[in-house]
Amino acid sequence: MSFINVFKSDAKRHTSLASGQVVPDPTRCVQCGICSYNCPIGIDVRAHAWRNEPVKHSECLTCGECVARCPRGVLRFVQTDLFKRRPA
Amino acid sequence: MKYVIIGSGVAGMAAVEAIRSVDGAGEVVMVSEDPHGYYSRPGLAYYLTGELLDKALYLRTREDAKKMKLTFLNARVTRILRTEHALELDGKSRLAYDKLLIAVGSRAVRLEVPGAKLEGVVKLDHMNDAKNILKLAKRGRTAVVVGGGITALELTEGLLARGMKVHYLLRGDRYWSNVLDPRESQIVEKRLKEEGVTLHHHAELVGILEKNGKVGGIRLEDGHTLPCDLVAYAIGIQPCLDLVKDTGLALDRGVLVDERLQTNDPDIYAAGDVAQAFDPLSGRSVLDSLWNPAREQGHTAGLNMAGRRTAYLKSAPFNVTRLAGLTTTIIGAVGHGKDEDVLGIARGDSETWRDLPDAIVAQSGFDVNHMRLLIGEKTLIGAVVMGDQTLSWPLQKMVAGGADISPIREKLMLPDAPIADLIADFWLGWRKQVAL
Repeated sequence: MSFINVFKSDAKRHTSLASGQVVPDPTRCVQCGICSYNCPIGIDVRAHAWRNEPVKHSECLTCGECVARCPRGVLRFVQTDLFKRRPA
Repeated sequence: MKYVIIGSGVAGMAAVEAIRSVDGAGEVVMVSEDPHGYYSRPGLAYYLTGELLDKALYLRTREDAKKMKLTFLNARVTRILRTEHALELDGKSRLAYDKLLIAVGSRAVRLEVPGAKLEGVVKLDHMNDAKNILKLAKRGRTAVVVGGGITALELTEGLLARGMKVHYLLRGDRYWSNVLDPRESQIVEKRLKEEGVTLHHHAELVGILEKNGKVGGIRLEDGHTLPCDLVAYAIGIQPCLDLVKDTGLALDRGVLVDERLQTNDPDIYAAGDVAQAFDPLSGRSVLDSLWNPAREQGHTAGLNMAGRRTAYLKSAPFNVTRLAGLTTTIIGAVGHGKDEDVLGIARGDSETWRDLPDAIVAQSGFDVNHMRLLIGEKTLIGAVVMGDQTLSWPLQKMVAGGADISPIREKLMLPDAPIADLIADFWLGWRKQVAL
């Protein structure tokens, strides 16, 4: 990764942190568990994929580790308006 | 009611969950000769590469089984005694059933060349196979991989990751010729070479040579020999039919079942790789070796076993895999004919992918980002997406949903058409219409 891309990826991560959640597509998932294995805080992402539920875990950092590591493109970030700034 | 499920793969587990969603009281027993029980078989590929540990592949704990009131028996079913409504276990004890699900899966077609039984000749069906490969895969030694489809590449990648020098033998002139087109095969082969794999085309293995009672090399039809320490093969799979032969259950290439996954015995169902399921849309019975159809079939079988009449509707076959490190999605019908490297079908394969009606091919992409569309009269029939997967989810939905692409069809077929942009724009409108 080049120097400039480090910042690009960081900028993207902040956006995700603010307004995204990880959503699985269970039809692509083979339950290999690379997502859960790599989650830094130990969320069982795989179980969410089995149940077809977004990762709404309160401790999810939306760090993107599971999304990036999944070899089958099961997980994606979906924007939520949960943290959207309301007009004053 | 006593439900018995033979097999501990995803079809079996999906059936257990479906039964429990309807019947909380009945007895549910799963019998499997695999001592490892229920784990992610496709995940074995990532265990081989070292991307995860074996313990991460197990999908249910003892507590989970207890909560589901599921009894697991590690035993070999030696006979199905239909008139007695019972199974014979390990040639001695009996296990009665009211409703039975056969979900025993498929296994690798055996390599039939002299020396194929030597120590050091390996396949990848189960957890024990993966553990055996890891025991034998020694850094710096040489491995030969023979076969085709996804499993052959999983073996190649796993052995490479373990530091072995890998030679990959192909019988024909390119990789996975009946699913991928020449360009796609070329992309995969180029990447394999870059990773250090030596490819041998038109290479027919005729024998495995012995050295000190183990694999010492291979012999090719043209007389060449190659010293090696390990031979890994993936020349196709076949449904495990030993148990159902001579039971009077209707068989073709798999166990024949109707759209409710019921066999010709109303108390016996079959699901997953072993089942040849009737597809009401095409009017044919087809084999699949894919995780998600196995899950859906197991679920449908479980509901029907518990008395809830439900039909299995085969969706457009679809698989995502990694080919030489490149995420690849294969949707719908994309190829045709036979692959010389695989007998029957390969694991992670569906017969529908070769069931190609007259279709026009539009193509775009370069090296690692590649997309191929198969365009029917009004709809997309199939797609292959390699590398960037942004459009694979929309394409999957559009093929499965039979999206009418008439507004962009002509544009898609123009030479050098920007097909990714056309598809992306079309998708944005279509998803609103169908409220996806």
